[in-house]
Amino acid sequence: MNILFVHFLQVNTPVPRDIPIPLPLPEWLLVVLLVFSFLLHIVFVNLMLGGSIVTLWAEIKGLKNKFYDTLAYEVARTITVNKSLAVVLGVAPLLSINALYTIYFYSANALTGIMWILIIPLVAIAFLLTYLHKYTWHSMERFKILHIGIIALSVLLFLFIPLIFLVNINLMLFPEKWSSIHGFISALFLPNVFPRYFHFLFASLAVTGLFLFWYVGRKNYPFETIFPNNYTRYDVKKIAYSLTLGASVAQFLIGPIVLISLPSKGFGWGLLSIILLGASLALIAMWWIWKALSGPKEAINKRFGGIVVLMTITVLFMGSGRHVYRANALNPHRELMAIKTAEFEKLSANARLNVNKDEASQSSDNALSPVEKGAALFKTNCSICHQKDTKLVGPPITEMVSIYKNNISGLEQWIKAPGKKRPDYPQMPTLSQLSDADRENLAKYILSVQ
Amino acid sequence: MFHLDWLNDRFLIAMIAIIHVLINHGIAVGFVPYITWLEQKGVKNSKPNEITNLQWDGVAEKMMKVAFIITTTVGAMTGVGIWFSAALVSPASIGSLIRVFYWAWFTEWTIFVTEVVLIMVYYLTWKNSNRSLQAKLKHIRFGWYLSVFSWFTMAIIVAILGFMMDPGNWNTQHSFINGFTNPIYLPQLLFRTPTAMIVAGTFAYFLVFIFTKKGSDLRTKTISTTAKWVLFWTPLSILGAIYYYKAMPAAMRDNMSTAVGTIEFQQYYNLLKYIILGATASVFLIALFGVIKPSKVKWYMVVIPTIMAFSFLGIFERVREFIRKPYVIGGYMYSNLLRKEDYPLFQRDGILKYATYNSTPEITESNKIEAGKNVFMLSCSRCHTTQGINSITYVFERMYGSFNKPLDESAMAAYIPNMHNGRTFMPPFPGNQKEAEALAAYIKFLQQSHETLDGAQTSGVVINPLNNMDAAIQQKLATHTNDSIKTAQK
Repeated sequence: MNILFVHFLQVNTPVPRDIPIPLPLPEWLLVVLLVFSFLLHIVFVNLMLGGSIVTLWAEIKGLKNKFYDTLAYEVARTITVNKSLAVVLGVAPLLSINALYTIYFYSANALTGIMWILIIPLVAIAFLLTYLHKYTWHSMERFKILHIGIIALSVLLFLFIPLIFLVNINLMLFPEKWSSIHGFISALFLPNVFPRYFHFLFASLAVTGLFLFWYVGRKNYPFETIFPNNYTRYDVKKIAYSLTLGASVAQFLIGPIVLISLPSKGFGWGLLSIILLGASLALIAMWWIWKALSGPKEAINKRFGGIVVLMTITVLFMGSGRHVYRANALNPHRELMAIKTAEFEKLSANARLNVNKDEASQSSDNALSPVEKGAALFKTNCSICHQKDTKLVGPPITEMVSIYKNNISGLEQWIKAPGKKRPDYPQMPTLSQLSDADRENLAKYILSVQ
Repeated sequence: MFHLDWLNDRFLIAMIAIIHVLINHGIAVGFVPYITWLEQKGVKNSKPNEITNLQWDGVAEKMMKVAFIITTTVGAMTGVGIWFSAALVSPASIGSLIRVFYWAWFTEWTIFVTEVVLIMVYYLTWKNSNRSLQAKLKHIRFGWYLSVFSWFTMAIIVAILGFMMDPGNWNTQHSFINGFTNPIYLPQLLFRTPTAMIVAGTFAYFLVFIFTKKGSDLRTKTISTTAKWVLFWTPLSILGAIYYYKAMPAAMRDNMSTAVGTIEFQQYYNLLKYIILGATASVFLIALFGVIKPSKVKWYMVVIPTIMAFSFLGIFERVREFIRKPYVIGGYMYSNLLRKEDYPLFQRDGILKYATYNSTPEITESNKIEAGKNVFMLSCSRCHTTQGINSITYVFERMYGSFNKPLDESAMAAYIPNMHNGRTFMPPFPGNQKEAEALAAYIKFLQQSHETLDGAQTSGVVINPLNNMDAAIQQKLATHTNDSIKTAQK
């Protein structure tokens, strides 16, 4: 039974050829670039998504309480900046993953093609909606529900788009699944996609909480002139910390599900220790947040720096863990692909060598007469459109002979620069690969045909 | 393989790329210097007791807002979209290019990041900078930095494109410096720079009509200023276009008439020159009118030069993109994504044998149509569809003039292996004779059945048993044994 299953896997796992060009950098350096640039990108994606969710929530609450409405506007103003950074910072990891995991990434892209390319218009629309939302804040004051609808729509888009990325990044890890995938939807329901998605979602909320805490706490932020009188920075900071804490607790519920649902092929003790270490650092940060929230008002800023540092290290650990899993999962397959590629290169080189030998033996036939040479040229260059006495694509040879009987240079000239003569025939293309001598031989052959 | 059977795969990239180029050139590279110039003029023309002419400054700020929103949404996303669509349509070529040009693109990216940050700083600090003259002047300086940066981004990207157009260099030297030193680089840059300025100016006409009141003094002044801007750049753009046109290598110019359309267009090629002339002339005339009689310019008058300026840029993009044929990477990879150096192997053993995804590794009488379909997907589908744009049935029917007759299978099978001799923009057929026959049978089947072909994004993939993991493991074991035999022999 087991053997049968393994065999089934082998038959259904493609081993494509790699692109036979060496990596532009040592692999470890590309990996470092990929992991770091990706984390930088994803933090701004988190802020964009988390920010728009917070905006939506606060604007709805703001219908009753002006304070939340102000909060919504303040967060909304940050989304458009964060989203621009999220996009530009996405290019570097995109380049790196293209270079490192070329075949895997492109295969996943192709299998979910329509949805993959839809990312472009969907993100553009979501971005335009966030601008519309931001710049109509005051002019749509009287149409609040409609205005909330705009941000709700862009939240929906922002929630959906990461799912497309995740499906791709996930699918590329499992070549053994590729032959069973028929479009985006079937790739979406691979067992580990949704746990990973929620893991990302709560990370966004946690990061946004920390960002909000910092944003309203800045010295040059004119909090008092923006917010209603009876509210202080503490009120916003409390919301921000609660968000981070709540989202982090949720991570501890989802994290294990993510681990369990991942196929076992990428696991190892190294991976597990990286993840557990990251999680334990987060636990300390969460404890500090709890202390700040339950402590006195003045002390809420205590340890903020420490919390950010710990959370950042956690993110680094999780990001590295993510890569370790990917490397573990794909390396055996990559090894096979490398062998395959080398083998193909050898075959190709051999075939090339044989052709060169053939050509060498052919070109030694210098003894051919001009007409014979012309006949050979005619066969490879002209015979597909011109036959001896029937029309194929162009007119038959007999017609050429009747036109150019005593005008060989006219025929050569025509071959050199053909035009369009007959309305019911397509125009003859220029044969730029022929030399003057070739044309001469060709014309001699054509006119020799009886 | 991903395949769009109606729209045509190439079209997908082209569509995204052209939108991107128009936005990048017209609304970033050309627009930012224009706006900064306006902003500077506002300060110069203000009364001694003001920082700037606020009305004038307000119009410039609003125009910048539109540019800001467009570049950071559709502009940025179509830029990423070129990568996305290329990964789908042309994975082998974009993958090869990235492995060679990683650093070039990485550098380009750092400039791009800086550009986006600068554009945000420039626009988002505009209103605050109106508080003091010093801040305003600093803001204007910022605008000039941004202009230089946008131009740099373009200069590097053009180097990459220029490299790809330069045949032969890929095989001899995989170095990015070639991108700058190749003969097409400077002409392209000299064409793109002034043309971007013109496109920006024509786009600005419209914004002026939106943001100023009819008949107002402000409108007259902004129109005439914009017209001066366009007038200044038009002669430079014409010179750039001529230089660019002349610098295209001779072999590529041979293909150029097909690049603008299809074979029938060959005779219209000369017309293209007049179209270009017409475009620049109409742009020039309206601009001249705008300088002399700015109050008489109406919005509909600028429609034609705007369309002309956009299509002027667009047509050059199209020519540049198509002129690479039959290669996607000059001298190295054909536009069907197969490497030139692998051709001898494919033509000897057939292309099907080496394909990773292929349901018919062996052609038999019963699977001929299916095999032909696989051959089509592997060697034709990057440029041709079955029934849609540039469909394979249409091109054959047109060639044989047999729109109502069934296509001749044996004539096509004889034609396909030789077609690159007559149609120099076509890559040679990569497969063997049997595959050509299967392909011909499939094309005839397509003509008769009007069937379409789904890409991997809907129908999934079938793994070639010769290229599954089983086969790879056998290969691995074989190399191991070979190695141990060799060591034993030593």
